[in-house]
Amino acid sequence: MIWQLDLAILTLVVLTGIAAITVKDLLSAAILFGAYSFMMCLLWSIMGSVDVAFTEASVGAGVSTVFFVAAVFRTTRRTKD
Amino acid sequence: MKLIGLTIVILVGGLLIYATVDFPPWADPGSPASTHVSPYYIENTLKQTSVPNIVTAVVADYRGYDTMFETTVIFTAGVACFILLRVLRPKGTEPRLYRHIPTGITLSVRGFEKTPQNLQDFELIDRLWTPQDVIVRTMCRLLVPFIQLFGLYTIAHGHYSPGGGFQGGVILGASIIVLAISYNLRAANQRFNEVLGGLLGATGVFIYAGTGALCLLLGLNFLDYHALAGLLRVTTSMARSHGVFIVEVGVGITVMATMIWIYSNLASAGKYDEGL
Repeated sequence: MIWQLDLAILTLVVLTGIAAITVKDLLSAAILFGAYSFMMCLLWSIMGSVDVAFTEASVGAGVSTVFFVAAVFRTTRRTKD
Repeated sequence: MKLIGLTIVILVGGLLIYATVDFPPWADPGSPASTHVSPYYIENTLKQTSVPNIVTAVVADYRGYDTMFETTVIFTAGVACFILLRVLRPKGTEPRLYRHIPTGITLSVRGFEKTPQNLQDFELIDRLWTPQDVIVRTMCRLLVPFIQLFGLYTIAHGHYSPGGGFQGGVILGASIIVLAISYNLRAANQRFNEVLGGLLGATGVFIYAGTGALCLLLGLNFLDYHALAGLLRVTTSMARSHGVFIVEVGVGITVMATMIWIYSNLASAGKYDEGL
């Protein structure tokens, strides 16, 4: 485990996590959440749990981002009611 | 109110960080998990189950009961999405848009039976229609078989390398979702419609639970794949390996079908006509 790499990825995890909940635009939040998942995936593989990293990459960074984008696609900028 | 919320969050966060001090250090050989749980699996997995990837053996064999209910949870999520979002409305209540391909003129057609003449010159388009890029279409179309092959490899090779039913199923589902994004939802639903989604989702859970029940019928515990040795004519450890594989295929089928099912419901707001 290289601590510099670990520190950099951990910082990015915290940054993307905070950014995903503070940003106003829903699409940006979905993409930031995907970036967060990818950083977590890197963190898992650094810690040697490749199976979990694989799941995180496919489910967290892949399909759940697509689900979020699909749900955001069905929203409007202003509420209808 | 905001200040109280922030104080509580910081307080709980601080307590959680304080609690991590009591954790054993990362990869500590003296921690309780490393002294009597891990060594058992590391020493016995290959002998008992002939599965080189210990994680797969633990997930699908030693802790097979948990994984069965995880699969059920995924299927339940798909059913919940279907019940919440699906709008069952008679066809033809909303106008459909037909685009004349040679000229680019769009007709709005109302009514179920009515279709434009020379239907082969027209294509059904979404209300939010943009000219589709030939590069994106062709690349996605070329990529889909490779994505599917990789998904099948992930399921089948879960014994030897990281992977298994969950990841492989997600990748297989993603291949159809890529098709839906690059073409449109109708093109994807022609290849994988919602009836198939629901049926395959249930089939995967049935394969998993059925394997367990078969072991029960053959006189051993639920999900104890030893019992399949006589049926498959292999040694008991190989029977457990084959049992893991059958179960992983079940998980893969459920996850694949549920992913496409949830995506179609989300992207079309339950109407199954047009979407992202």
